Amino acid sequence: MAFSSAVITFPGSNCDRDMAVALEQVAGSAPLCIWHGDAELPQGLDLIALPGGFSYGDYLRSGAMAANSPIMREVVRAADRGVPVLGVCNGFQVLTEARLLPGALMRNASQHFICRTVSLKVENADSLFTKGYDAGQEIRIPVAHHDGNYFADEETLDRLEGEGRVAFRYLKNCNGSRRDIAGVLNKAGNVLGMMPHPERAVDAAHGGTGGLALFEGAIKALATA
Amino acid sequence: MKIRVLVSLKPGVLDPQGRAVHHALEGLGFKGVDDVRIGRTVELDVADDTSDTALTEMCEKLLANTVIENYTIEKLD
Repeated sequence: MAFSSAVITFPGSNCDRDMAVALEQVAGSAPLCIWHGDAELPQGLDLIALPGGFSYGDYLRSGAMAANSPIMREVVRAADRGVPVLGVCNGFQVLTEARLLPGALMRNASQHFICRTVSLKVENADSLFTKGYDAGQEIRIPVAHHDGNYFADEETLDRLEGEGRVAFRYLKNCNGSRRDIAGVLNKAGNVLGMMPHPERAVDAAHGGTGGLALFEGAIKALATA
Repeated sequence: MKIRVLVSLKPGVLDPQGRAVHHALEGLGFKGVDDVRIGRTVELDVADDTSDTALTEMCEKLLANTVIENYTIEKLD
Protein backbone atom coordinates (compact mmCIF):
# COMPACT_ATOMS: atom_id res chain seq x y z
CA MET A 1 0.00 0.00 0.00
CA ALA A 2 1.25 3.47 -0.84
CA PHE A 3 2.61 5.61 1.97
CA SER A 4 -0.20 7.78 3.23
CA SER A 5 0.59 11.17 4.71
CA ALA A 6 -1.25 14.44 5.26
CA VAL A 7 -0.15 18.05 5.39
CA ILE A 8 -2.43 20.34 7.38
CA THR A 9 -2.88 23.84 6.00
CA PHE A 10 -4.01 26.68 8.26
CA PRO A 11 -4.83 30.18 7.05
CA GLY A 12 -1.36 31.72 6.88
CA SER A 13 0.62 28.49 6.47
CA ASN A 14 3.24 29.08 3.80
CA CYS A 15 5.49 26.01 3.86
CA ASP A 16 2.70 23.50 3.25
CA ARG A 17 3.65 23.05 -0.38
CA ASP A 18 7.36 22.65 0.41
CA MET A 19 6.43 19.99 2.96
CA ALA A 20 4.19 18.21 0.45
CA VAL A 21 6.91 18.24 -2.21
CA ALA A 22 9.49 16.83 0.23
CA LEU A 23 7.13 14.07 1.37
CA GLU A 24 6.24 13.13 -2.19
CA GLN A 25 9.88 13.17 -3.27
CA VAL A 26 10.86 10.72 -0.55
CA ALA A 27 7.70 8.62 -0.19
CA GLY A 28 6.80 8.46 -3.86
CA SER A 29 3.17 9.30 -3.15
CA ALA A 30 1.68 12.74 -2.74
CA PRO A 31 0.33 13.64 0.71
CA LEU A 32 -3.26 14.61 1.25
CA CYS A 33 -3.67 18.31 1.77
CA ILE A 34 -6.06 18.95 4.63
CA TRP A 35 -7.68 22.30 5.39
CA HIS A 36 -7.77 23.44 9.02
CA GLY A 37 -11.56 23.66 9.06
CA ASP A 38 -11.99 19.99 8.24
CA ALA A 39 -13.30 18.23 11.28
CA GLU A 40 -12.02 14.80 10.36
CA LEU A 41 -8.74 13.21 9.36
CA PRO A 42 -8.72 10.30 6.92
CA GLN A 43 -8.21 6.91 8.55
CA GLY A 44 -4.95 5.02 8.20
CA LEU A 45 -2.54 7.92 7.91
CA ASP A 46 1.12 6.97 8.28
CA LEU A 47 2.26 10.50 9.05
CA ILE A 48 0.80 13.95 9.70
CA ALA A 49 2.84 17.10 9.02
CA LEU A 50 2.15 20.56 10.40
CA PRO A 51 3.99 23.01 8.15
CA GLY A 52 5.70 26.33 8.77
CA GLY A 53 4.19 29.72 8.21
CA PHE A 54 2.21 32.26 10.17
CA SER A 55 -1.07 30.56 10.95
CA TYR A 56 -3.77 33.11 11.76
CA GLY A 57 -1.18 35.86 11.40
CA ASP A 58 0.41 34.77 14.69
CA TYR A 59 -2.54 36.42 16.45
CA LEU A 60 -2.43 36.19 20.26
CA ARG A 61 0.66 33.93 20.23
CA SER A 62 2.33 31.98 17.43
CA GLY A 63 0.37 28.79 16.94
CA ALA A 64 -2.28 29.58 19.58
CA MET A 65 -5.23 29.95 17.23
CA ALA A 66 -4.28 26.99 15.04
CA ALA A 67 -3.90 24.80 18.14
CA ASN A 68 -7.59 25.33 18.81
CA SER A 69 -8.86 24.74 15.28
CA PRO A 70 -11.15 21.75 14.66
CA ILE A 71 -8.56 19.70 12.82
CA MET A 72 -6.09 19.96 15.71
CA ARG A 73 -8.45 18.10 17.99
CA GLU A 74 -8.21 15.27 15.47
CA VAL A 75 -4.43 15.58 15.24
CA VAL A 76 -4.17 15.36 19.04
CA ARG A 77 -6.33 12.24 19.02
CA ALA A 78 -4.24 10.70 16.24
CA ALA A 79 -0.99 11.53 18.05
CA ASP A 80 -2.36 9.93 21.21
CA ARG A 81 -3.04 6.78 19.19
CA GLY A 82 0.60 6.80 18.06
CA VAL A 83 0.30 8.30 14.58
CA PRO A 84 3.60 10.07 13.82
CA VAL A 85 3.28 13.87 13.75
CA LEU A 86 5.99 16.22 12.48
CA GLY A 87 5.69 19.94 13.23
CA VAL A 88 8.15 22.32 11.63
CA CYS A 89 8.58 25.95 12.66
CA ASN A 90 5.01 27.22 13.05
CA GLY A 91 4.03 23.55 13.23
CA PHE A 92 6.30 23.21 16.29
CA GLN A 93 4.64 26.28 17.82
CA VAL A 94 1.22 24.73 17.18
CA LEU A 95 2.32 21.45 18.82
CA THR A 96 3.44 23.24 21.99
CA GLU A 97 0.25 25.32 22.10
CA ALA A 98 -1.77 22.13 21.66
CA ARG A 99 0.25 20.66 24.56
CA LEU A 100 1.43 17.74 22.48
CA LEU A 101 4.95 18.92 23.26
CA PRO A 102 6.19 20.63 26.43
CA GLY A 103 7.52 24.18 26.57
CA ALA A 104 6.82 27.24 24.48
CA LEU A 105 8.42 29.17 21.62
CA MET A 106 9.07 32.78 22.54
CA ARG A 107 10.29 35.79 20.57
CA ASN A 108 13.93 35.37 19.48
CA ALA A 109 16.28 36.82 22.09
CA SER A 110 17.69 39.17 19.44
CA GLN A 111 14.17 40.41 18.60
CA HIS A 112 15.07 39.87 14.95
CA PHE A 113 13.57 37.51 12.42
CA ILE A 114 16.36 35.13 11.49
CA CYS A 115 16.59 33.43 8.13
CA ARG A 116 19.73 31.47 7.44
CA THR A 117 21.16 27.97 7.31
CA VAL A 118 22.35 26.78 10.70
CA SER A 119 24.32 23.81 11.97
CA LEU A 120 22.53 21.32 14.19
CA LYS A 121 23.73 18.39 16.22
CA VAL A 122 21.61 15.26 16.16
CA GLU A 123 21.18 14.44 19.85
CA ASN A 124 18.92 11.43 19.57
CA ALA A 125 19.30 9.18 16.54
CA ASP A 126 16.98 6.46 17.82
CA SER A 127 13.60 8.07 17.29
CA LEU A 128 11.39 7.50 14.27
CA PHE A 129 12.20 10.93 12.87
CA THR A 130 15.93 10.91 13.59
CA LYS A 131 16.95 7.32 12.86
CA GLY A 132 18.19 8.33 9.41
CA TYR A 133 21.02 10.20 11.15
CA ASP A 134 23.92 9.11 13.33
CA ALA A 135 24.00 10.23 16.96
CA GLY A 136 26.17 13.32 17.24
CA GLN A 137 26.04 13.94 13.49
CA GLU A 138 26.22 17.57 12.43
CA ILE A 139 23.76 18.67 9.79
CA ARG A 140 22.94 21.95 8.05
CA ILE A 141 19.29 23.01 7.79
CA PRO A 142 17.74 26.47 7.26
CA VAL A 143 15.83 28.33 9.95
CA ALA A 144 13.36 31.14 9.24
CA HIS A 145 11.53 32.37 12.30
CA HIS A 146 10.79 35.21 14.68
CA ASP A 147 9.55 33.09 17.58
CA GLY A 148 11.95 30.18 17.92
CA ASN A 149 13.30 30.82 21.40
CA TYR A 150 12.50 27.52 23.12
CA PHE A 151 11.52 27.88 26.76
CA ALA A 152 10.68 25.31 29.38
CA ASP A 153 11.33 25.36 33.12
CA GLU A 154 14.48 23.71 34.44
CA GLU A 155 12.65 20.65 35.70
CA THR A 156 11.08 20.05 32.29
CA LEU A 157 14.41 20.58 30.53
CA ASP A 158 16.11 18.09 32.84
CA ARG A 159 13.35 15.59 32.16
CA LEU A 160 13.59 16.10 28.38
CA GLU A 161 17.32 15.54 28.45
CA GLY A 162 17.05 12.58 30.81
CA GLU A 163 14.50 10.90 28.57
CA GLY A 164 16.47 11.54 25.38
CA ARG A 165 13.75 13.80 24.05
CA VAL A 166 16.03 16.55 22.74
CA ALA A 167 16.21 15.58 19.07
CA PHE A 168 18.35 18.43 17.75
CA ARG A 169 20.48 21.18 19.24
CA TYR A 170 21.90 24.30 17.61
CA LEU A 171 25.68 24.17 17.45
CA LYS A 172 25.58 27.95 17.80
CA ASN A 173 22.48 29.23 19.56
CA CYS A 174 20.74 31.57 17.13
CA ASN A 175 17.56 32.52 19.01
CA GLY A 176 18.11 32.23 22.76
CA SER A 177 16.64 28.74 23.13
CA ARG A 178 17.18 27.14 26.51
CA ARG A 179 20.02 24.63 26.32
CA ASP A 180 20.36 25.27 22.56
CA ILE A 181 17.29 23.13 21.88
CA ALA A 182 16.14 23.12 18.24
CA GLY A 183 13.78 20.14 18.28
CA VAL A 184 12.00 18.01 20.89
CA LEU A 185 10.12 14.72 20.94
CA ASN A 186 7.07 13.72 22.95
CA LYS A 187 7.41 10.97 25.53
CA ALA A 188 6.24 8.24 23.18
CA GLY A 189 8.60 9.47 20.45
CA ASN A 190 5.96 9.74 17.72
CA VAL A 191 5.71 13.55 17.78
CA LEU A 192 8.62 15.77 16.75
CA GLY A 193 8.61 19.55 16.76
CA MET A 194 11.56 21.51 15.38
CA MET A 195 12.21 25.09 14.35
CA PRO A 196 14.63 24.36 11.45
CA HIS A 197 13.06 23.43 8.11
CA PRO A 198 14.15 19.95 6.98
CA GLU A 199 11.78 20.21 3.98
CA ARG A 200 13.91 23.07 2.68
CA ALA A 201 17.02 20.88 2.55
CA VAL A 202 16.08 17.75 0.62
CA ASP A 203 17.56 18.50 -2.80
CA ALA A 204 21.03 19.60 -3.89
CA ALA A 205 19.33 22.51 -5.64
CA HIS A 206 18.16 23.75 -2.23
CA GLY A 207 21.80 24.31 -1.32
CA GLY A 208 21.99 21.27 0.92
CA THR A 209 20.35 17.98 1.77
CA GLY A 210 20.64 18.02 5.57
CA GLY A 211 16.92 17.39 5.98
CA LEU A 212 16.67 14.44 3.63
CA ALA A 213 17.63 11.76 6.17
CA LEU A 214 14.78 12.85 8.45
CA PHE A 215 12.17 12.04 5.80
CA GLU A 216 14.03 8.99 4.47
CA GLY A 217 14.57 7.49 7.91
CA ALA A 218 10.97 7.96 9.04
CA ILE A 219 9.30 6.97 5.80
CA LYS A 220 11.47 3.88 5.34
CA ALA A 221 10.75 2.77 8.90
CA LEU A 222 7.00 3.38 8.53
CA ALA A 223 6.80 1.73 5.11
CA THR A 224 8.39 -1.47 6.39
CA ALA A 225 6.52 -1.50 9.72
CA MET B 1 -20.11 42.64 31.97
CA LYS B 2 -16.75 44.06 31.02
CA ILE B 3 -13.71 41.97 31.89
CA ARG B 4 -10.08 42.86 31.64
CA VAL B 5 -7.59 40.01 31.51
CA LEU B 6 -3.99 40.96 32.12
CA VAL B 7 -1.50 38.43 30.79
CA SER B 8 2.11 38.77 31.93
CA LEU B 9 5.24 36.67 31.62
CA LYS B 10 5.99 34.54 34.65
CA PRO B 11 8.84 35.69 36.88
CA GLY B 12 12.03 34.06 35.71
CA VAL B 13 10.98 33.93 32.06
CA LEU B 14 13.33 36.16 30.12
CA ASP B 15 11.45 38.91 28.31
CA PRO B 16 13.51 39.96 25.28
CA GLN B 17 10.99 42.66 24.33
CA GLY B 18 11.02 44.09 27.82
CA ARG B 19 14.80 44.12 27.77
CA ALA B 20 14.88 45.96 24.44
CA VAL B 21 12.40 48.55 25.74
CA HIS B 22 14.47 48.90 28.90
CA HIS B 23 17.52 49.69 26.79
CA ALA B 24 15.52 52.18 24.76
CA LEU B 25 14.30 53.98 27.88
CA GLU B 26 17.87 54.24 29.10
CA GLY B 27 18.87 55.51 25.67
CA LEU B 28 16.27 58.27 26.05
CA GLY B 29 17.97 59.30 29.26
CA PHE B 30 15.46 57.96 31.81
CA LYS B 31 17.32 57.01 34.96
CA GLY B 32 16.42 54.51 37.63
CA VAL B 33 14.43 52.05 35.52
CA ASP B 34 15.30 48.69 37.08
CA ASP B 35 13.28 46.36 34.88
CA VAL B 36 10.69 46.33 32.11
CA ARG B 37 8.25 43.49 31.50
CA ILE B 38 5.76 43.51 28.65
CA GLY B 39 2.37 41.88 28.90
CA ARG B 40 -0.94 41.95 27.11
CA THR B 41 -4.44 43.05 28.05
CA VAL B 42 -7.50 41.36 26.64
CA GLU B 43 -10.82 43.14 27.13
CA LEU B 44 -13.91 40.99 27.01
CA ASP B 45 -17.56 41.96 26.96
CA VAL B 46 -19.41 38.92 28.27
CA ALA B 47 -22.92 38.01 29.41
CA ASP B 48 -23.57 39.07 33.01
CA ASP B 49 -24.14 35.49 34.11
CA THR B 50 -20.75 34.30 32.85
CA SER B 51 -19.23 32.26 35.65
CA ASP B 52 -15.81 32.75 37.16
CA THR B 53 -15.09 29.18 36.17
CA ALA B 54 -15.79 29.97 32.52
CA LEU B 55 -13.56 33.05 32.66
CA THR B 56 -10.75 31.00 34.19
CA GLU B 57 -11.17 28.37 31.51
CA MET B 58 -10.95 31.02 28.79
CA CYS B 59 -7.61 32.12 30.23
CA GLU B 60 -6.27 28.61 30.73
CA LYS B 61 -7.31 27.31 27.32
CA LEU B 62 -6.53 30.25 25.08
CA LEU B 63 -5.85 33.73 26.41
CA ALA B 64 -2.69 32.81 28.32
CA ASN B 65 -0.07 30.15 27.71
CA THR B 66 0.41 28.98 31.27
CA VAL B 67 3.79 27.47 30.44
CA ILE B 68 5.22 30.98 30.29
CA GLU B 69 2.45 33.36 31.36
CA ASN B 70 0.39 34.30 34.40
CA TYR B 71 -2.97 36.02 34.14
CA THR B 72 -5.31 38.06 36.31
CA ILE B 73 -9.01 38.56 35.71
CA GLU B 74 -10.53 41.91 36.59
CA LYS B 75 -14.26 42.73 36.49
CA LEU B 76 -14.67 46.32 35.40
CA ASP B 77 -18.34 46.91 36.24
